[in-house]
Amino acid sequence: MLNIVGSIGSVIIFFFNETGKFFIFFVSVIKALIGKWYFKNIFKQSIFVGYFSLPVVALTSFFTGGALALQIYYGGNQFNSETIVSSIVALGITRELGPVLGGIVVAGRVSAAIAAEIGTMKVTEQIDALKTLSAEPISYLVVPRIISGIIMLPLLILFADIIGIMGGWFIGVQSLGFNGSVYMQNTINFLEISDVTSGLIKASVFGLLITLMGCYQGFNSKGGAQGVGRATTNAVVSSSVLILASNYLMTNLFFT
Amino acid sequence: MITISNLHKSFDKKNILNGVNLNIEKGSSSVIIGRSGTGKSVLIKCILGLIAPDEGSIEVGNNIIFNKGKFKSLNNIKVGMLFQGGALFDSLKIWQNVSFYHIQKGKNKKFCSNNAIHHLEKVGLDKSILNLYPSELSGGMQKRVALARAIALEPDIIFFDEPTTGLDPISADVINKLILTIVRDIGATSITITHDMTSARTISDKIHMLHEGKIIWEGDKNSIENTENKNVIQFINGSSDNKLN
Repeated sequence: MLNIVGSIGSVIIFFFNETGKFFIFFVSVIKALIGKWYFKNIFKQSIFVGYFSLPVVALTSFFTGGALALQIYYGGNQFNSETIVSSIVALGITRELGPVLGGIVVAGRVSAAIAAEIGTMKVTEQIDALKTLSAEPISYLVVPRIISGIIMLPLLILFADIIGIMGGWFIGVQSLGFNGSVYMQNTINFLEISDVTSGLIKASVFGLLITLMGCYQGFNSKGGAQGVGRATTNAVVSSSVLILASNYLMTNLFFT
Repeated sequence: MITISNLHKSFDKKNILNGVNLNIEKGSSSVIIGRSGTGKSVLIKCILGLIAPDEGSIEVGNNIIFNKGKFKSLNNIKVGMLFQGGALFDSLKIWQNVSFYHIQKGKNKKFCSNNAIHHLEKVGLDKSILNLYPSELSGGMQKRVALARAIALEPDIIFFDEPTTGLDPISADVINKLILTIVRDIGATSITITHDMTSARTISDKIHMLHEGKIIWEGDKNSIENTENKNVIQFINGSSDNKLN
């Protein structure tokens, strides 16, 4: 009995300890955001987060749009399907699947890379070296990544939305025999600006979460290669879970 | 120059520094020796403000930089550090590593490049490596580049953390002689931590022995040979017989 109570107590202490550490880190990031900005680093990170994520996000989005079109067509009523498929694909991609799947794919790529890079810098004393050379590590390493995440994710997701809708259109025209221009006209007629902007706001929040978790886990890695590996895993898992949880909260906020 | 009083630091209830008292004179070359795990690196990281001590005070120049749990900045005192593994920035080229401090201060590329060439020459490297990345250099060359980076900001105080670890005896001797020459040239106060007695004898004006979190012996490099302190004798002879605590 005493062991069970002890274990529960340890878990609670661990939870509050981790929450406190994360909160302190987050406050230091906020402070650094209003300090010096390293624009070269922001540009470099934007290329890494945005440009180099394009292929994987595009592929994910294209196939998701295609699969969604097939599911709606075969799973639903095929009467008037040209209107239904195009409108649901457009809504599904812009409001939910584009930002969430795009976010999770970028989390796997970017959050892991950030945690690995900063974690390696931590265990090889490069972060200590930054401090001795008058560069504040949060401003130099974290702020550029967070800014690039917040800016580049919406751009990536806007691109993913277009590719996803094109995926649905391609399958609709090639496999389901829809008229291409009617499909596109239905999509344009049905889609509202708020459908796209809600997805882009979500993407911006996901960009913050992905980069923040990558940086936090990297900064807290210890114990050599094993510690860096653990930080990388934790970054991907925590950012993916936070994306799904925050997506639910934002959907609730935007659409109810 | 540096006065440390009653410094304590523990990690997970394990005492690492247990009341360190240390006085380093301006312009001197001090070496702190001690077995692995005795807290040498922790001590210099406390002085650098990279680790917060639990108790005690640290005074650098006329500034009390740590007292009653709070750090203050080193007003106008420039500090260089040669890390044990070099700690060169993997993603930056050699010239960017060496001139990192000046790049942060907004100096132009030409100045930074010339500054890097000048300091690389001081450590016996030529400008052909300017545009290489650290991973393209040997361990000994990386250490020299790290040394060039440490002196490039013309520090008032310079720290060397195990400068010869991982190097062959000839490269180690090159590094020792470079440290000796450069520190004298720039007139900096230097503090080296090492367990390499050849290095300690070469570069020190004064040696301090850290043992179980305390300074247990201090003296110059000649007096260490005649000491009667058993821990010091065992350490300098590298003997594992009749192992002391």
